[in-house]
Amino acid sequence: MSMDTSHLRESQIFDRATIHDIQRAASEGIYKIRGFGAKRKLPHFDDLVFLGASVSRYPLEGYREACGTDVTLGARHAERPLTIDIPVTIAGMSFGSLSAQAKEALGRGASAVGTSTTTGDGGMTQEERGHSTKLVYQYLPSRYGMNPDDLRKADAIEVVVGQGAKPGGGGMLLGHKISERVAEMRTLPKDIDQRSACRHPDWTGPDDLEIKIRELREITDWQVPIYVKVGATRTYYDTMLAVKSGADVVVVDGMQGGTGATQECFIEHVGIPTLPAVRLAAEALRELGLHRTGVQLIVSGGIRSGADVAKAIALGADAVSIGTAALIALGDNRPDLAAEYEKLGTAPGFYEDWQAGRDPAGITTQDPDLSKRLDPEKAGQRLANYLRVLTLEAQTLARACGKSHVRNLEPEDLQALTIEAAAMAKVPLAGTGWIPGQGF
Amino acid sequence: MNTIDLETTDLRRANRLLQGRAREGGAERTFTVTNPRGAHALAAGLDRAIDVTIQGHVGYYCAGMNQKASVTIEGNAGVGVAENMMSGTVRVTGDASQSAGATAHGGLLVIEGNAASRCGISMKGVDIVVRGSVGHNSAFMAQAGHLVICGDADDGLGDSIYETVIFLRGAAKGLGADCEEKEITADDRKILAALLQRAGLTDQDPGAFRRYGSARRLYNFKIDNLGAY
Ligand SMILES: Cc1cc2nc3c(=O)[nH]c(=O)nc-3n(C[C@H](O)[C@H](O)[C@H](O)COP(=O)(O)O)c2cc1C
Repeated sequence: MSMDTSHLRESQIFDRATIHDIQRAASEGIYKIRGFGAKRKLPHFDDLVFLGASVSRYPLEGYREACGTDVTLGARHAERPLTIDIPVTIAGMSFGSLSAQAKEALGRGASAVGTSTTTGDGGMTQEERGHSTKLVYQYLPSRYGMNPDDLRKADAIEVVVGQGAKPGGGGMLLGHKISERVAEMRTLPKDIDQRSACRHPDWTGPDDLEIKIRELREITDWQVPIYVKVGATRTYYDTMLAVKSGADVVVVDGMQGGTGATQECFIEHVGIPTLPAVRLAAEALRELGLHRTGVQLIVSGGIRSGADVAKAIALGADAVSIGTAALIALGDNRPDLAAEYEKLGTAPGFYEDWQAGRDPAGITTQDPDLSKRLDPEKAGQRLANYLRVLTLEAQTLARACGKSHVRNLEPEDLQALTIEAAAMAKVPLAGTGWIPGQGF
Repeated sequence: MNTIDLETTDLRRANRLLQGRAREGGAERTFTVTNPRGAHALAAGLDRAIDVTIQGHVGYYCAGMNQKASVTIEGNAGVGVAENMMSGTVRVTGDASQSAGATAHGGLLVIEGNAASRCGISMKGVDIVVRGSVGHNSAFMAQAGHLVICGDADDGLGDSIYETVIFLRGAAKGLGADCEEKEITADDRKILAALLQRAGLTDQDPGAFRRYGSARRLYNFKIDNLGAY
């Protein structure tokens, strides 16, 4: 029989996880690097509810009355704007952090439901181009694998300024994930710890960015949309400056956003949550007169369900993108891998060592034996199922609010359950007309 | 020969002519561009073997992502000349601003004057030959290719360098983290002589250069190197 621990009181400040962190730091002498996103409790979409229809608003009939979900991105400057059939896209995740099989599975799943995938730090692979009908090519500070041929093969270009998990930080790919193919694509020796630069090598500030975007348009003959992705920090100003620099689409990634490998102190302590970030970005676009018209807003960071999708859209996003949830849909953190996770000192539901390259699900690894375990077709089907559920859920909520297109959701449809969420999202605390900061 | 006057032709049309995308001028192989007046992204995205001479100073990203073309700038170049070049040759007869040849994967960039800071930043296989001196943090995080500097280098040369080889004739004010002087072998001198030859700088004596590269001490994260991170 195990000992009775009911009399032991855990410290709030020095809880067991914190004590473990200190012990780990003392023994290893180096900061903790991990994958996944912020794990601590943050104000989020759960703190909002939809009002639904009432006497003064009438709902749409589920399944019978249409509720549109398509989004057209980048019609402002591009000759070929990108239309996605559902308001959920797959976020940029590098080949290197993910196996080729995982990239292929993401492409298959997204293409099955008519949405886009995104490359990542490390260039474009044939697997993802071949299996993604709509592919966004990231233009990152490292410029690993960057070349004009791939640039011209892209359906959109995303200039990455930052990421929610680490605004102001560069990339990291530890030596044990650098296979020969990854090393070659990045023009670097095998087995070394690769750090991707945190700043672009040939531009700084919004005036330069404007010239850079012009150059990318000249190289691609003004055919495809150009996005600018920022980690959520000074989101209102970043949105304004990205638009001023010529972005067709602004991508804002909240602090909950996932990562392949980042210092834990960065993941948990830099950036603002997705909730205020959506509202700030939408506010900037409204002020510029471009919201829902000229420039689109894509939001990411902790999107899990159709409710999250619908709430992000109601607060002003045109679409959302997902990283972590997509990997889980492919098979990450699966219960049937419990024995294998145990060997790695973890358990299903807790696995976060995406930096380590030993993923038993074959997703965040470059090990040929492990990555072989992921069947790209089956995993792609799981992702497609999941994306369909997100879409159906978002439609269900939109219909309940009487909207014939998810984009017609608006802040007026929402109320907040906490004062924090009310203040951050600027929607009233439930049952009151009160938005903190806006009087009584 | 085709002359494109930027006083009367807008940038987009000029680039489409050079890129061979415009309906006319597709068969032309030699172009002269006049009145560039600091235009940005001029001759960017070329991907065919043509000769382009630009008479005057250019702005940012001239010949950006160049493939196969040979571009000569008769004047000074702004930030990021030949950035991410893949192949071909870009020659600047004057000085080049910051980040010349940034992230370029191939080809040859010749700067007959001086280059400002971060020349060859994150270069990935290009060969860069500078007749004059380079500014601070040149060859920062440089991954592959050669950087030849006939003059001096400012502080932080080769900071966090990977496998790029630097040949420096003058003095380096300071080397960046993990950059060190290496022994120069007869084979190295042959490579250097060939680079100088290709750049047309045959008056430079390969025997007068020193070689720098990565000490490879920062390749894997070690706590003992904490001071360098
Ligand atoms: C394994 C992994 C790799 C990633 N790699 C990149 C990358 O290369 N470039 C980038 O901009 N963002 C990268 N991200 C961040 C995602 O693009 C996205 O912003 C984030 O995952 C969204 O938050 P979510 O995971 O909560 O959905 C990565 C995320 C993960 C999980």
